[in-house]
Amino acid sequence: MKGIPSFGKIKQRRETSLVFLILLLLLVVTLRSPGFVSIKNLQRIINDTSILVMVSLGQFFVILAGGIDLSVGSIIGFSGMAASMLNEAQPTLPAFVVLLVGVLIGTAFGALNGALVAFGKVPPIITTLGTMSIFRGITFVLSKGQWVTAHEMTEAYMLLPHGNFLGISNLIWWGVLVSTVLYYVSRFTRSGREVFAIGGNKTAAKFVGVSERKITMMIFTISGMVSGLAGVMWTARYAAAVNETATGFELQTVAACVIGGVSIAGGSGAVSGVILGALFMGIINNALPVINLSPFLQLFIQGAIVLFAMLINTLSEVRRGKKLLQERLA
Amino acid sequence: MMLGTHNNRQETHKSDLVNVTRLINETSLKERMITLFTKWEVILGLLLILVFVYFSNLTPYFLNSFNLLNTTFTFTEKAIMALPMIFIIMSGDIDISVASIIALCSFAMGYASSLGADTWTLVAIGVVVGLAAGLFNGFFVTKVGMPAIAVTLATQSIFRGIPQAVLGDKAYTKYPQSFAYFGQGYLGESLIPFSLVFFLVLAAIMGFVLHKTRYGRKVYAIGNAKEAARFCGVQVNQIRFINFALMGLFSGIAAVLLTSRIGSTRPNIALGYDMEVITLVVLGGVSISGGKGNLFGVIMAIFLLGYLKYGMGLINLSAKAMVITTGTLLIVAVLLPGFLDSIKAWRKLRRQQKTSTVAN
Repeated sequence: MKGIPSFGKIKQRRETSLVFLILLLLLVVTLRSPGFVSIKNLQRIINDTSILVMVSLGQFFVILAGGIDLSVGSIIGFSGMAASMLNEAQPTLPAFVVLLVGVLIGTAFGALNGALVAFGKVPPIITTLGTMSIFRGITFVLSKGQWVTAHEMTEAYMLLPHGNFLGISNLIWWGVLVSTVLYYVSRFTRSGREVFAIGGNKTAAKFVGVSERKITMMIFTISGMVSGLAGVMWTARYAAAVNETATGFELQTVAACVIGGVSIAGGSGAVSGVILGALFMGIINNALPVINLSPFLQLFIQGAIVLFAMLINTLSEVRRGKKLLQERLA
Repeated sequence: MMLGTHNNRQETHKSDLVNVTRLINETSLKERMITLFTKWEVILGLLLILVFVYFSNLTPYFLNSFNLLNTTFTFTEKAIMALPMIFIIMSGDIDISVASIIALCSFAMGYASSLGADTWTLVAIGVVVGLAAGLFNGFFVTKVGMPAIAVTLATQSIFRGIPQAVLGDKAYTKYPQSFAYFGQGYLGESLIPFSLVFFLVLAAIMGFVLHKTRYGRKVYAIGNAKEAARFCGVQVNQIRFINFALMGLFSGIAAVLLTSRIGSTRPNIALGYDMEVITLVVLGGVSISGGKGNLFGVIMAIFLLGYLKYGMGLINLSAKAMVITTGTLLIVAVLLPGFLDSIKAWRKLRRQQKTSTVAN
């Protein structure tokens, strides 16, 4: 079955239409503001979107298995705050260690979510709705409401995302690294395929010996891990750790997934689609001020895009189902 | 299971007897007590007493009838929203857009008020906009067939996005004087808040609907087994659609009370209410997987959480500590029934094992 896909298949794929959609969007924005599509600006947009790409890919695994993770924004907030405070308190500690601590915190929080779902039998939506408040609350407790600002961070810490390698910023490289690893996991590892199986048909997956507990633990831990990484990157990139960091970010990650063609009911989707979906969101966010729309419109536009993308997904699934039925009857 | 073959034959006899009596009298006092105290509403009641005892020991201001009645102002809006949320969660759905519906309704009322609308027009606008928002959710969930969590996650942003786009960082603060009654007024000359009485009336109506009408029985049926209910002729999607419409309507009512109470409309009004409302329902013993629970439990949960927060406020705990508490309660409320069930199952199993040992 492998080999070059036929033209018809390429035409049908969500990724293809997304690429065209993104090009169209860029064209429209360029008509209003010619400077938008310069190499420099595009690089800036990709840089801005790298964090969204990482966290969306974590969210992708959770949604793929039929769950949802609403706590990603709060995990970003806490790990970013904890890492920044560690950096402030111990400036001699290598930035890499601080990064590691942030990632570990995120991983632990993700594992807690996973354990509540897998062993406590608490549904994902309830678990993460609860931990969303808990994690955000303990961020305030940890920071006592204070911020960590640029002059309290070390140079090395801020270079984590701001540094350069081969003329491309480190943040983009981090995004590429996470994407590559998670692409490999989703396509070529046994556990990755099992996530698809659980999301597609839980009962059938259990019958062929897929451990639901293991997969649940895995997906929430992955989601927490990338959120932890994203928290460090976020605070270092914007050179500030505030208590409200990434509030409402969960919607953007879900948006990237559904725009990328991931079924919200689980079982279908691809890493490439999610990356394109995140880029689409990133371009929209960056284009709003350029075409003189109020940034206050952002929330409404994001919500509308999510609803519209899900509508298209649902309708195309219904159509595909009908087509299958007709083929079978014929 | 070679329990007591040789040396402790004496004891075997004793446990033998106990088991026999147990078999005859399954409802011995101890068993009855265990059944009673693992009942969810009883646990909530005990917790409520605990909250009262604990805080009245800590501070003399807790047990004050004026304070106790006045503090209901802070939770009647959420309590009103919890009523239709029972129906939604009972039938296996969820609505996380309710706080945003409040923002939308409050915005509509503020806008109308700035154009000079009178009090009753404002109330009508708030309620109608809420109903419309609920219908919007219901349409996408039942007619289009999208998952409730996905739809309401999107409308959470859409509904709040509208006031945010228009208001930005500004606020509506001009409301007619008489509008303040709904959220601030007392019944006649008494100390009883109007909103508390209004909530109790709504609760009585919704309790009747849930427990005494066909519609209520159908909600339970859907929650227990959606497919089976469909095969029995329950129009599942119609019921779910009505649930979402009710949710919108009640959110509209809550928006009237809240706007009237605080007298202003900002885009961030009622932020975080969705989690609290869901917590009330789940804490009240309504199963998130559907089909279990009753209205009385939710009422208990409303007063438990309300007075817990009131007490925490009196001893100067920060708002963030309350948010952490609410989040933890939400998870524990779902975690605990499963835990109790497995303990019950384990006790039953052990009893059966003992009985079979004796029989051998």
